[in-house]
Amino acid sequence: MTDASMTPAEAKPKRSSLSVLDARTRKRNAAETRFRMYGVAAIAVGLLFLMFLFASILRSGIPAFTQTVMDIEFVLTQEPFEEAESKMLKTGEYQKIFVNALQSQLEESGLEVAFDNKAIQRIVGKPGGTIRSYFLENPDRVGTPVSFELAASSRVDGYFNGRVTRENIVDSRFLMASDLDLVDALEEVGIIHSAFNWNFITGTDSGVDNPGGAGLGASVIGSFFMMLVVLFLSLPIGVAASIYLEEFAPKNRWTDLIEVNISNLAAVPSIVFGILGLAVFIQFAGLPQSAPLVGGLVLTLMTLPTIIISTCASLAAVPPSIRDAALGVGASKMQSVFHHVLPLAMPGILTGTIIGLAQALGETAPLLLIGMVGFVAREYPEGFLSGFTDANSAMPAQIYTWASRADPGFYEKAWGGIIILLLFLITMNAIAVILRRRFERRW
Amino acid sequence: MPLTWLVLIILAIAAVGFVTGRSRALQSAGGDSRDLHSLPIYYGSHVAMWAIVPAAAVLIVWLLGQPFFVNSRVLATLPDSVVTEGSSIGLVMSDVRRVADGLDVAVAQGAMTRDEAAAISSETTDVRESLGQVGVALGSDVSAEVLGGAQLYRTLNATGSLIMTVVVLVVSLGGAGWAVSRSDANFRARNTVERGILALLICAASIAVLTTIGILFALLFNTIEFFRLYPAADFFFGTKWAPSFSGRGGASDLGVLPLLWGTFYISIIALLVAVPIGLFSAIYLSEYASPRVRGIAKPLIEILAGIPTIVYGLFALLTVGPLLVSMFGKDTVGWMQGGTAVMTAGLVMGIMLIPFVSSLSDDIINAVPQAMRDGSYGLGATQSETIRQVILPAALPGIVGAILLAASRAIGETMIVVLGAGAAARLSLNPFEAMTTITAKIVSQLTGDADFASPEALVAFALGMTLFVLTLGLNVFALYIVRKYREQYD
Repeated sequence: MTDASMTPAEAKPKRSSLSVLDARTRKRNAAETRFRMYGVAAIAVGLLFLMFLFASILRSGIPAFTQTVMDIEFVLTQEPFEEAESKMLKTGEYQKIFVNALQSQLEESGLEVAFDNKAIQRIVGKPGGTIRSYFLENPDRVGTPVSFELAASSRVDGYFNGRVTRENIVDSRFLMASDLDLVDALEEVGIIHSAFNWNFITGTDSGVDNPGGAGLGASVIGSFFMMLVVLFLSLPIGVAASIYLEEFAPKNRWTDLIEVNISNLAAVPSIVFGILGLAVFIQFAGLPQSAPLVGGLVLTLMTLPTIIISTCASLAAVPPSIRDAALGVGASKMQSVFHHVLPLAMPGILTGTIIGLAQALGETAPLLLIGMVGFVAREYPEGFLSGFTDANSAMPAQIYTWASRADPGFYEKAWGGIIILLLFLITMNAIAVILRRRFERRW
Repeated sequence: MPLTWLVLIILAIAAVGFVTGRSRALQSAGGDSRDLHSLPIYYGSHVAMWAIVPAAAVLIVWLLGQPFFVNSRVLATLPDSVVTEGSSIGLVMSDVRRVADGLDVAVAQGAMTRDEAAAISSETTDVRESLGQVGVALGSDVSAEVLGGAQLYRTLNATGSLIMTVVVLVVSLGGAGWAVSRSDANFRARNTVERGILALLICAASIAVLTTIGILFALLFNTIEFFRLYPAADFFFGTKWAPSFSGRGGASDLGVLPLLWGTFYISIIALLVAVPIGLFSAIYLSEYASPRVRGIAKPLIEILAGIPTIVYGLFALLTVGPLLVSMFGKDTVGWMQGGTAVMTAGLVMGIMLIPFVSSLSDDIINAVPQAMRDGSYGLGATQSETIRQVILPAALPGIVGAILLAASRAIGETMIVVLGAGAAARLSLNPFEAMTTITAKIVSQLTGDADFASPEALVAFALGMTLFVLTLGLNVFALYIVRKYREQYD
């Protein structure tokens, strides 16, 4: 070896040298770089998919949070009020009053646009009913200036956020190309403008032909009741099962069977749990369809394996010296577990539970089978107990319902619903991460 | 409501029992808790346990058993003649139940008094109309037999509930009383309570097994029922899937092969996307990346695993589908007719599986001992040669296990295929055509107003059984491979 290193490389050109790259080394190095690049490319593609996914969620979902509204202020004096009330078609009269008010407001701002009652109906629907019910409820407002904020139709909404353009508009009974001139004019004077759509967050689902009025509120409540069921069943049962398996179970066939069972259950497709729910809870036990209680039970069975596995891990992470010390000062086995091991494992257990809950919150497939789709969840539950048993939707089920409706206006709502769902999931996961950071203990 | 009250009363008995048991034990020790065998709290808990557990057990068994008992009693009184053409005894029973529930609603709303509801007969009043007034819609007119059945149903249920309340309260009080009578200084309360708690823990652990049994029974019974109505050979070897819609009549073709083919085709495309990307990112992250890059890239990729599948489904339907159509649709090469296709679903499912493959492979690659790497470097191999010729072969069984687990996830995935793959069952090789899968058909056969006795609805259970067996087999096989591999280095 020393001999070779002392010989100058130039003297024997046929021998390889460390300072000169021969063809083979170059090839090997190139292969090395190539292989490394494959890795970089794979990660880049993965991250690109992630960005693409989030970009399309945000781009398509943000418009769901705005709503085009029409602000109109007018004074209804006593005389036309009585006159309108005396007519047969009362709301029609109010419609006329509304159109006149709009006309005068436009004239005030010096705009000359021709429009008729039909065009107004295509833009804001029939506001006569809303106006009449307002004045009937508040008769003292007659004669004073009242301002109304009326939601525009979904097509006008689409025009405002770019879904409908002058190029792609097809004249229909929903919206004519000529109406867009009126909309533009109204926007110029500030009568029509975009506002934050509170109804989307607090409202309930609308019918199949009214994407503008659809809201996620009722299904958020449905999801909330489901998560209550999941939390109050899966946490105690999961913790109890883990304590038994980790601390008390003798090593025998029955224990093995339970453990194998749990790890296999964790990998059973979620739709199979839906079939179980349908056959056992609805057909056999006769629980009501579409009820958050049933959804919660199904999701409990689904999340139990996840919670048991993570709880077992955090119990196993508590060092045996803690148990030995407790036993040493005279505690019983049960006392050592409940007074010492369990409190120390609690942060880990809670983290696992929150992650399990987050998983359950986003799960859709089992909910389809227990009937949480295919109906319009128009109402909030009446009370706390009926919240569990009344038919209701859940967030992911509501999103699915919207995605499968024909009107493309609902797609926007579905994306918006996904933003809300993801916000919930991000919050839950953030809480889990904070819990872990704050209370994690290294032994 | 009465049930809620019953539970509250039992809890109250337990609370009173807790205090009584505790004080009685203390009294017997002359007020000095050091003379007791156990801590005072255990005497209280012992009484509370006896007040709650047996009563709750009786309550649950009663609640489960009563409907069967009532049903069989009512069925026995119904004459055979009520089962008309085109209906079944099950339908008549559900009529009976609906009328009975309707009468309950009417009483609850105050539209009828209790006596009126009990004395109502189909000759004097129109039951359908009077129930319609309180918001209970009945499909057909109520016959005298059904009304009689409903009345019997109501009386039996009412007496049943009454007896249940009494029995449960007696059991609860008796348990508490017995436990209180045993509470004295020498009673080993802690041991008894701990034995009770252990029993509860065992019950909780058995729920996992019960779930599996529940799944198996739910699938098995309905599958057997399905094969009674539809030949098994046609199901397993039929190449045509064309269920007739319920009520329309006519024979359905329910062959599983097109669905299996769709499932496998989509899963294969998903794996073709997920395995290279996932594997290479795992290799890069575990072998090349600096701790900082790893700390950022790994959680970011794992976000993909935390996103609900409904999001991926919508992404497939509304973003990826139209994008693929614009690339391969009519305007360019004309391979693709619509947005929903095998390619759409497969691609999106592949994205979903990337973190699954990468984090499992990452763990497995990290488990390969450092000594093997050092040995390879010492022989002059480059890093990539080490990975390809030493680490990957050593990790291969584990990676195969990971891929199998990913495949089982792909087969069982529902939302992406429901929204992204289309509804047409086809045996075709063109990945740009719409096809459907087992999971998508389970959803479409079981949602809506399905009649659970028809083969069109029951086939979903047979499909579920197929799915369960497939995924379970893949999982068991994958876990077996992974476990076998792990033993090599431990």
